[in-house]
Amino acid sequence: MSAAAPARYPVPWKLLLPALMLFIAVVLIPLAMTIMLSFHKWGQYTGIEPVFILENWREIWSDSYFHEMFLRTFRIAVAATLLTAICGAPEAYILNRMRAPWKGIFLLIILGPLLISVVARTLGWALLFGGQNGIANKALMSIGLIDTPIPFMFTETGVIIALAHVMMPFMVLSVWAALQRVDPQIENAAMSLGAGPLTIIRRIILPQIMPGILSGGIIVFSLCASAFATPAIIGGRRLKVAATLAYDEFLNTLNWPLGAAVAVLLLMAIVLIVVSSNALIERRYAEAFR
Amino acid sequence: MAFLALDHVNKRFGDHIAVEDFTLSVKKGEFISLLGPSGCGKTTTLQMIAGFVDPTAGSIHLEGRDLLSTKPAQRGLGIVFQSYALFPHMTASENIAFGLEMRGIARAEREGKVRDALAMVGLDGYGDRYPRRMSGGQQQRVALARALVIKPDVLLLDEPLSNLDAKLREDMQIELRQIQRNLGTTTVLVTHDQTEAMALSDRIVVMSKGRIEQIGTPQETYERPASAFVSQFLGKTNEFPAEIRLSDGAQKLIFGSCEWQAPAGPSGPVTVTVRPEKVGFASPKSDSLKGRVVSRIFQGNHWLFQCETECGPAIVVRQNNGEPQPEEGETVSLIWRKDDMGLRRAGESR
Repeated sequence: MSAAAPARYPVPWKLLLPALMLFIAVVLIPLAMTIMLSFHKWGQYTGIEPVFILENWREIWSDSYFHEMFLRTFRIAVAATLLTAICGAPEAYILNRMRAPWKGIFLLIILGPLLISVVARTLGWALLFGGQNGIANKALMSIGLIDTPIPFMFTETGVIIALAHVMMPFMVLSVWAALQRVDPQIENAAMSLGAGPLTIIRRIILPQIMPGILSGGIIVFSLCASAFATPAIIGGRRLKVAATLAYDEFLNTLNWPLGAAVAVLLLMAIVLIVVSSNALIERRYAEAFR
Repeated sequence: MAFLALDHVNKRFGDHIAVEDFTLSVKKGEFISLLGPSGCGKTTTLQMIAGFVDPTAGSIHLEGRDLLSTKPAQRGLGIVFQSYALFPHMTASENIAFGLEMRGIARAEREGKVRDALAMVGLDGYGDRYPRRMSGGQQQRVALARALVIKPDVLLLDEPLSNLDAKLREDMQIELRQIQRNLGTTTVLVTHDQTEAMALSDRIVVMSKGRIEQIGTPQETYERPASAFVSQFLGKTNEFPAEIRLSDGAQKLIFGSCEWQAPAGPSGPVTVTVRPEKVGFASPKSDSLKGRVVSRIFQGNHWLFQCETECGPAIVVRQNNGEPQPEEGETVSLIWRKDDMGLRRAGESR
């Protein structure tokens, strides 16, 4: 009834207006401007010329420097996503099995870091493993476990571990939500049919929380691929990813059009990956979970 | 010798006593119901047999072997849960095959057994459906087939029919009983529904507050309830305050304007209990309980009368056999056979 003639009920549309205006003003217009910018010309001495050329895109397409950059970005994002899944899923499972007071306390411990800035959390890793002066490195060297500092800063491994740490709450929350939908008697049912604990997790629990792991993975992946602060602090100048590259093009080289092209390409790649994997997941689990 | 024996089983959760001194021996092939209100310890008892909960004290034996020292996965029991607990990511066939798979039965043999199990519960052709796409009754059947396909020594049913609507529940009761009779599987059912317990079981264990109130056949527990709790929990019961005292040289049972011959026993206050369907309407002249019909409710195959008598409210159930029945507001006389009446000494619950 109400859906048939929306024009007769203008109130919902009027209520939508403020949010819609905000969305247009701070998302759509800047986005359109960035896309426009990526087609402009830039010269060392001429600055930005508002013309329509494909030079920036051609440069990204043909220069192996950019290929490596994007490849690294997605390699780091995939690895960090896998790491959060491997650590986060068991974490959520254990959390879900805890008793009343502990469950709340540990959930707070897991979600608490979300209240702290990503920069602060990432700097913590720098404090621990920052070369000769890192606390953890110092301690390990003083007890003789290692001779030289663990290479962490400015390494891909370091960025992956730090990103996984920063993104962990999103994975835990997503898997936890999936676990809430699992029948609490289902493990007993499997047990009564003769399944051991490992079989229960592999055959019964894991398939049921897989949608949660995958949707958590999509969130973590897209956040990792577009992450700026963590790669900037741990990776620094030596280990650039797409986001820090775009930043440098904008603020150091001042080549805004090229930076815009990098940013737009990153956005399109992430949107494409997220939308298509989401469609795949939906189709895969439509039968059993809809 | 008992097939399944529970011996002085106790379960405590902190200070709360969930099950106290539960002793029961189940014969092979028997259908036993644990009946009681929620929180009476019936589900805890079932879970102790299944192995999901460890008793604080006591022992449980199955065919002479100690169940408590056996892991739940090795007990070989079939369990149907209240929520069915089907594996949602597996089809009906895969659900049923799971237990066989865990027992290392070859695929070809498995498929045959799954087909037979589906046919047994009347679900041929539904094997490829996922549980979400089945109705409650169908899910229930899959759960039953999954529990029975492993040929369990004992089948445990935890309120299996409580999520079904009334009509379906009745159908499933009949079917469940038939399947159980055909297979001869020893079965323990947990339920709070007394009609379900009576319809299905060979014997009923009535429980209240963690203790056994009575163990007996459905008829025994209904006709000769061992305690006030049992008589009130199993169907409706009229209770009238009365007194036994000496009158005209004989022991008389006196309630309202009635003076009935009393059974042997000491004098004193007693409670008369009688089932609503055992009460009839008599001529006003007889030595009967006088009252008035407050309301009369037509329920298809029977009439339900609520009466106000000289000894308090009473319920009368009369079959709708075509005979004229008293109207609302009419004065009536209530009478019943002495054999159908129970007497309870005032103060005691048993």
